[in-house]
Amino acid sequence: MKVLTANRLIDGEVVWYGTGDAWIELIDGARIARDKAGEEMLQALGKAALADNLVVDVDLIDVEQQDGRIVPTRLRERIRAAGPTNHLHHGKQARPDFAPAA
Amino acid sequence: MYRYDEFDHTFVQARVAELRDQVERRLAGEITEDQFKPLRLMNGVYLQLHAYMLRVAIPYGTLSGRQMRMLAHIARTYDKGYGHFTTRQNIQYNWPALADIPAILDDLARVEMHAIQTSGNCIRNVTADHFAGAAADEVADPRPYAEILRQWSSVHPEFSYLPRKFKIAITGAERDRAAIQVHDIGLHLKKDASGTLGFAVYVGGGQGRTPMIAKKIRDFLPEADLLAYCTAILRVYNLNGRRDNKYKARIKILVHETGTAELTRQVEAEFAHLKDGELTLPEADIRAIEAYFAPPALVARPEGDAAVTQARLDSRGFADWLGQNVTTHRHADYAAVTISLKGIGEVPGDATDTQMDAVADIAEAYGFDEIRVSHEQNLILPHVARADLKAVYDRLVEIGLATANSNLISDIIACPGLDYCALANARSIPVAQDISRRFASLERQREIGELKLKISGCINACGHHHVGHIGILGVEKKGAELYQITLGGSGDENTSIGEIVGRGFPPEELTDAIETIVDTYLALRLDGSERFIDAYRRLGAAPFKEALYAGEAKAA
Ligand code: SF4
Repeated sequence: MKVLTANRLIDGEVVWYGTGDAWIELIDGARIARDKAGEEMLQALGKAALADNLVVDVDLIDVEQQDGRIVPTRLRERIRAAGPTNHLHHGKQARPDFAPAA
Repeated sequence: MYRYDEFDHTFVQARVAELRDQVERRLAGEITEDQFKPLRLMNGVYLQLHAYMLRVAIPYGTLSGRQMRMLAHIARTYDKGYGHFTTRQNIQYNWPALADIPAILDDLARVEMHAIQTSGNCIRNVTADHFAGAAADEVADPRPYAEILRQWSSVHPEFSYLPRKFKIAITGAERDRAAIQVHDIGLHLKKDASGTLGFAVYVGGGQGRTPMIAKKIRDFLPEADLLAYCTAILRVYNLNGRRDNKYKARIKILVHETGTAELTRQVEAEFAHLKDGELTLPEADIRAIEAYFAPPALVARPEGDAAVTQARLDSRGFADWLGQNVTTHRHADYAAVTISLKGIGEVPGDATDTQMDAVADIAEAYGFDEIRVSHEQNLILPHVARADLKAVYDRLVEIGLATANSNLISDIIACPGLDYCALANARSIPVAQDISRRFASLERQREIGELKLKISGCINACGHHHVGHIGILGVEKKGAELYQITLGGSGDENTSIGEIVGRGFPPEELTDAIETIVDTYLALRLDGSERFIDAYRRLGAAPFKEALYAGEAKAA
């Protein structure tokens, strides 16, 4: 299972490609690729967004679903999805609409 | 302090204008990321995990109050109210928007600062002893030479595309506080028998994946030959350094593969062409730069002794701080103060905008307007009258920066690690915070004595773990964080590279392991005057291995 992530060009904000076909700021609404075809489609969308200068550092990352939530497999990506673990009031985790994965 | 002349101002402003144009074109989609990335990197703009990161150069770690206030202003206005001082005597901002970078650089230029050459395969910020100009054991202030090197190396056309980045460090004392032997070039400013100034020149030190101690290739280089000789070294490196493999591209590999004798021969041959040519530094020019670094007029303040004695009696906290964070100055009425950015449980090297502003105020009121950043991620007030120490201490207490732990186990160097850094394998900061909390008791820390603990979140070793008395390296194993411990490293005049003690530890076992190492040392040291590093050199790794792993071997 994979989702597409990147940093937004203008401010570097971590974003994911969402089910609503837009780049979103919280991982929860990310579009999940469950097979090769899905991955290829995400990859193509990422390439197009890079070419359109919307995002940079586009990457397809491994995720799991836990209690209906999307949780990245690697710690690196979990930290990107939440924010620095030493500053809990910085990054996504500081937003009122952020719901921590269990 | 060095002041920009008209040329410097024009140059830096032109660079800001250039980057502003590049950023605008990038945001307008006129240039691609592939085209833009090398341009932004030349101006210190990285992309990290959560956002862009801007690395601002603090030449040889020297700042005025006005400059520090501008760093605070940037933290407040464009970032999240804090900055991170690094082992390269720089400051990094973790959250700037790309669109704001030109404005930030404009603000920096206003106080004669910039972010040029804080990235890329060029000569980086020249670092120096943080007590330069104040240290009692110093032959001469090394910073004028660092400034000369800065001017020479700034956008040097021949050395802007080296095989890899290049770092120079300089010290003016026998006691090496700038870790010169783990730099590409290390310069030790000294005097020969006749009292003439010159340098011992070390080449090919470095940390990272392949740690190496620099080799001394010249015992005494006259000061006038500084640029000619450095040019000779850089030329040999630029020509012969490996460009085929990023991991073998630093000059340390060239020195290692060529052999010190042959490399020295090549450098000397190149130097023979350059010597007495246009790179020779005119005496008048050296002295002119030196004048910028003229020490402040330190008037006699003999009342300091009585004031300090009384304040010690009145305040236990002050007495502790005085014992740990105050260093002998060449002028008996003065002292150099270390402002610890290592409060118990805090992030090593981080300072808030309010703290930066307050440090600027204190420096202006009591420190002749001088601040230093140390490679150990602390701030220094190099010239404080002993009579004013209590006032400085009281102000530091108010802003939470009076932790009396300089050179103790909680004075930890830690790189940003996986909380911020795109290259990281594991976190560094929470590891430092946890160890710091475990050893929170100052009494216990002082009982342990000098102990340099350094943490890196990957093998690039920005946290200098190879030269930590205790070094910690974060790695990723099967998707989880694991920490390797090295022992016996040291980054001073007796530089040594730490040795891996055994299998690594998961985060939840690491602090216990550190405590085991410390307890083993305490049990085995000859007496309280034998520092951890000395005990390790005497005992070797065996007792530490035994303490850490013996149970395991029996169980197995
Ligand atoms: S040592 Fe590695 S993890 Fe730490 S700052 Fe350097 S590159 Fe990043």
